[in-house]
Amino acid sequence: MYHFPCYLIPDTYKMNRWNPTIINAPSDISADETFDLKGEICPYTFVKSKLMLEMMESGQILQVIVDNDESATNVPKSLTNEGNTVLGTEKINETDWMITVRKK
Amino acid sequence: MLGFTNEQIYRYSRHIILPDVGGAGQKKLLKAKVLLIGAGGLGSPTAMYLAAAGVGTLGIVEFDTVDLSNLQRQLLHRTQDVGRPKIDSAQDTINALNPDVRVVKHKVVLDSTNVMDIIKDYDIIVNGTDNFPTRYLVNDACVFAGKPLVDGSIFMFEGQATVYDAAHDGPCYRCLFPTPPPPGEVPSCQEAGVLGVLPGIIGSIQAIEVIKLILGKGDSLKGRLLLFDAMAMEFREMKIEKDPHCPVCGEHPTITELIDYEQFCGVPFPAAPELLEPELVLV
Ligand SMILES: [Zn+2]
Repeated sequence: MYHFPCYLIPDTYKMNRWNPTIINAPSDISADETFDLKGEICPYTFVKSKLMLEMMESGQILQVIVDNDESATNVPKSLTNEGNTVLGTEKINETDWMITVRKK
Repeated sequence: MLGFTNEQIYRYSRHIILPDVGGAGQKKLLKAKVLLIGAGGLGSPTAMYLAAAGVGTLGIVEFDTVDLSNLQRQLLHRTQDVGRPKIDSAQDTINALNPDVRVVKHKVVLDSTNVMDIIKDYDIIVNGTDNFPTRYLVNDACVFAGKPLVDGSIFMFEGQATVYDAAHDGPCYRCLFPTPPPPGEVPSCQEAGVLGVLPGIIGSIQAIEVIKLILGKGDSLKGRLLLFDAMAMEFREMKIEKDPHCPVCGEHPTITELIDYEQFCGVPFPAAPELLEPELVLV
């Protein structure tokens, strides 16, 4: 299924429609890289995650932290669209999410 | 970090998002060196889109000054630039659009003595000239140097674009038109006129072809001549093949050095359409 990039969706339509799909990452996972993207918004959370993955090896694991539901909804979808495996989308405190992804 | 400045990540984000570009493709664009022959109607959109895309080095060959009659189609130049060298107003427009781009100015009239030296540092050559001598000169120089030539031409309400790449089994301009028509047999550009938007279409197509060649993605126009008719609002394409008897890129070339043809302005269009018509295919 095609996932529309967030910048193609009008702002009025976006309100209250972010519903991150919670996935609990395996507890024994260890990240090769962690990337704090707090303060960053869509689509730059994805753009920067993608650039970070490009600098890593195939099979390595990246954990990114985002602080908004929009990114927690879209970043995992966009990373999956590009063939990576999202291993986790977890709420780690009141505002922040941790997305765990294995590079394709 | 990430191989880009934060500003570059934002500026090029819509490219980086594309699966066929990504950070790796954007870095190729930033490293690429493209030479534009002419900063006129075709060169304007090509230069502006390539600059916006972050092509790192844009060389421009242009000797003319901006004339009021250019502004109907040459978007690199403004009213206040009338009388200035086109190459200077082109540089200002490009730098204002994207400071990442290094503009290299070649303020010369191309001829057999300078063309090889100018093109040697570039990966891709883009033709935006409207006269036969330069067209043949640049074609032959690109064949000799083994460089791809992204060609475009416009006339009244019609335009065409293709990629000549004789070094990689593609045809060259002389495979189609072995020699220039005699001066006077074709109306000059000034007499014929041109729809101002037309170079916007054809120059943009040339810019796309350049970007695809840099990225190494997609099917280029090599071996295909794309024809656009604004009045019918129709695109067609014609297969074009390498001619083994071509005087410059064929098996036994008769042209082995550059030729300076007499300067005249003409219509760079097929002189014998009936010759080409049977191969036309609708797209
Ligand atoms: Zn040829």
